[in-house]
Amino acid sequence: MFKATVIIKRRPKILDPQGKAAEQGAKLLGFNNVSGTRIGKFIEFNIDTNDEKAAEKEVKEYSEKLLSNPIMEDFEYSLEKVK
Amino acid sequence: MKPTFGIVTFPGSNCDYDAYYAVKKVLDYDAQFIWHKEKSFNGIDAIILPGGFSYGDYLRTGAIAKFSPIMEYVIDFAEKGGIILGICNGFQILLESGLLPGTMQVNESLKFVCKDIYLKVENKDTPFTNKIESDTIKIPIKHGEGNYYADVKTVTELEKNGQIVFRYASKNGKVSNQFNPNGSISNIAGIMNNRKNIMGLMPHPENACDPVLRKTDGQLIFKSIAQSLFN
Repeated sequence: MFKATVIIKRRPKILDPQGKAAEQGAKLLGFNNVSGTRIGKFIEFNIDTNDEKAAEKEVKEYSEKLLSNPIMEDFEYSLEKVK
Repeated sequence: MKPTFGIVTFPGSNCDYDAYYAVKKVLDYDAQFIWHKEKSFNGIDAIILPGGFSYGDYLRTGAIAKFSPIMEYVIDFAEKGGIILGICNGFQILLESGLLPGTMQVNESLKFVCKDIYLKVENKDTPFTNKIESDTIKIPIKHGEGNYYADVKTVTELEKNGQIVFRYASKNGKVSNQFNPNGSISNIAGIMNNRKNIMGLMPHPENACDPVLRKTDGQLIFKSIAQSLFN
């Protein structure tokens, strides 16, 4: 079995209102050196196969078809063999 | 002849009854609900994907609804030229399904916006707008993620083909940042596909139908659809 970790990020050119809001909060807290806050998604799940290639195919397709929106987001993933 | 509207209810839809009320009780057309798990529908002339928060807006608005069993049949209906109107969350589902181009982002203000706004009618030669005579119509918006985005190439293409149907504007039809409630690119409030049978819009025409509300411009959209179906 593999444990997959997917990170979804908005493309740099796409506005990130949540990141902007968090950063406003950071300034209020006095974190004056903070800049470029971007908020994305962290998703993890298991893939029940021992075939790494098959696992990789599945995580990619899952990320492309559902977890991310290819119009405004990019994703990266990693696979870790468990058990 | 009366058209029959099919209104798809997803878990989390909350404007399905509003749409039903508008077309059935106010406009006296026929209407029926279609549960999202259905695998067929019959005798439907036009489909409405209503507003709401399908699947709790989890992941992204509309992202999970696009895999509801009924969507396969909705897409089939569209491919045969059937009329589809996506309102608010329905618009978001059309975008996620790839039936219309682009995507939605959180409003630029980060706030949920609920108010009456004016829309400039950019194209009156469509199955959704053929009964509109004035340059602007007044209908309400109520959304937190209505900030339409598409790349410049897509917007240029939409513009060129007359696919931009509504833009946020002043009462007199002036389109500018001042009248953009959510940050949508090019003030876009509603678009259709190139074939002109699928339209998505963020504002809610079904909430501007009953005369008791003292605003009835929303009727024109449903009347346009009826007109296009039987002519």
